[in-house]
Amino acid sequence: MTAALDVTDVTVHYGEVLALDGATLRLDAGRICGLIGMNGSGKSTLFKTIMGLVKPDAGTVLINGAPPAAARSAGVIGYVPQSEDVDWSFPLSVRDVVMTGRYGRMGLTRRPRPADRAAVEEALARVELTELADRQIGQLSGGQKKRAFVARGIAQGASILLLDEPFAGVDKRSEATITRLLRELAAEGATILVSTHDLQALPSLADEAVLLMRRVLLHGSPEEVLTPDALALAFGLDVLSDGGSR
Amino acid sequence: MTLLDVLLEPLGYDFMVRALATALIASVVCAVLSCWLVLIGWSLMGDAVSHAVLPGVVLAYIVGAPFALGAVVFGFLAVALIGAVRDTSRVKEDAAIGIVFTTLFALGLVLISITPSQTDLNHIIFGNLLGVSVGDLVQVVVLGAVVLIVLLTKRRDFTLYAFDPTHAHAIGLNPRVLGAVLLGLLALTAVVALQAVGVILVVAMLIIPGATAYLLTDRFSRMLLIAPAMSAVCAVVGLYLSYYLDTASGGMIVLAQGTAFALAYLFGPRHGLLGSRIAARRRRAALDRGRASATPSTTTRGQAGASDT
Repeated sequence: MTAALDVTDVTVHYGEVLALDGATLRLDAGRICGLIGMNGSGKSTLFKTIMGLVKPDAGTVLINGAPPAAARSAGVIGYVPQSEDVDWSFPLSVRDVVMTGRYGRMGLTRRPRPADRAAVEEALARVELTELADRQIGQLSGGQKKRAFVARGIAQGASILLLDEPFAGVDKRSEATITRLLRELAAEGATILVSTHDLQALPSLADEAVLLMRRVLLHGSPEEVLTPDALALAFGLDVLSDGGSR
Repeated sequence: MTLLDVLLEPLGYDFMVRALATALIASVVCAVLSCWLVLIGWSLMGDAVSHAVLPGVVLAYIVGAPFALGAVVFGFLAVALIGAVRDTSRVKEDAAIGIVFTTLFALGLVLISITPSQTDLNHIIFGNLLGVSVGDLVQVVVLGAVVLIVLLTKRRDFTLYAFDPTHAHAIGLNPRVLGAVLLGLLALTAVVALQAVGVILVVAMLIIPGATAYLLTDRFSRMLLIAPAMSAVCAVVGLYLSYYLDTASGGMIVLAQGTAFALAYLFGPRHGLLGSRIAARRRRAALDRGRASATPSTTTRGQAGASDT
């Protein structure tokens, strides 16, 4: 069976800095994978490489067996950005943002057709934002903002969802809502890669976990990866007690 | 003299009719483009490109090529040089912009000083609305139409590029091409606007209308209406004031725009300095009234009003 996501021996340099060093990762369809590692471990670079924003110096990325460019044209890849990468005062409504998920399927002027509007409304209902759909995107809570971007991926019909730190600045109840939503999407066949610092919530969210430190140190069930020894390896010992207190 | 006379008298002169048409077209085209520039954070880039087109326009004049061609070539040259300086030295972007555009602008000034018929070319720097020829007007109409058509047909792509270029890339669009097209349109717009207010003041028309509209609405589609409407009104007001006060027309238009921005900044209902305070006070009063009457429905309405707007 072709893996939904197949990253093989990917190496990426930014100038002199080595960001990824032979990272290899294979994900099957319908799985949720938690990506953990400290800042600078290459999580964002891995996302960028999967999306084709960064060209690897060596190695290959295959999405459903196809190169990233083909996957992008097919609208397969959905991306939920980190909060700090979004201009929250941008004058777009929640519905407008979700509609941008449909752009790849639209004509030259991206004029929405009835099918596009229906898909957007369905996605909004799915993430329970229908009543807030006319709000400006910044006038949502942290968790609602994340759901809006997940809705964009749903409206897009993305089969691979990449979420960069979706739980940062999100309260526990919203985190549970988002987790439930992601589990539903995975059950329907979506493959989901989530970078997160919330190690305690990982077993309830993810089917598998990847410990990244420029390369994949460990890839297994969350229980296998979240061992003190493994975490010490990736984070350094002092950070471990810090993670436990959270 | 009635108001109608005040409005009609200047239009008895052909040069004033051409001036008004040029000012209106330039202000609308600049205003539409400015909506994206202020949201992407390209105000400085707009400043840089609009100045850097000067040597291109002068060279085009010397060899008899269309102004637009020289402007686009030098617009892209400026952006390429800025990128090169930023990426290959330790100099930061704002310094790179400052170095590149002032140097290119200076090149333009030097070229003007060694080119015969200086008076004509000095109009490029300060604008010469009252001296717009029929040929100039035709160029403004054609370039303005091209810019507006491209901007409006691809407006959703440009907005996505401004909001989330990563998503644009992820769904198979090409953010680099979108950015390059916007820069090209910026250079063409600079040519349109320099007829009206001159190279130096073009940047005002490329920033103020979009920034003003941004203060007045949370919907991009409404920004695209507010900015050109405000810009066109300011162009007309500025031109008439300059006629009756006998002052520089380009300067008056930009002063009118600056005044309009100041009004939006102070009194804008949602994001204005005073407007947002007045609105907050009204909301508090509404909430208090809601509590006083203690009916749940009133309270809910008050809160909904507070959060929706």
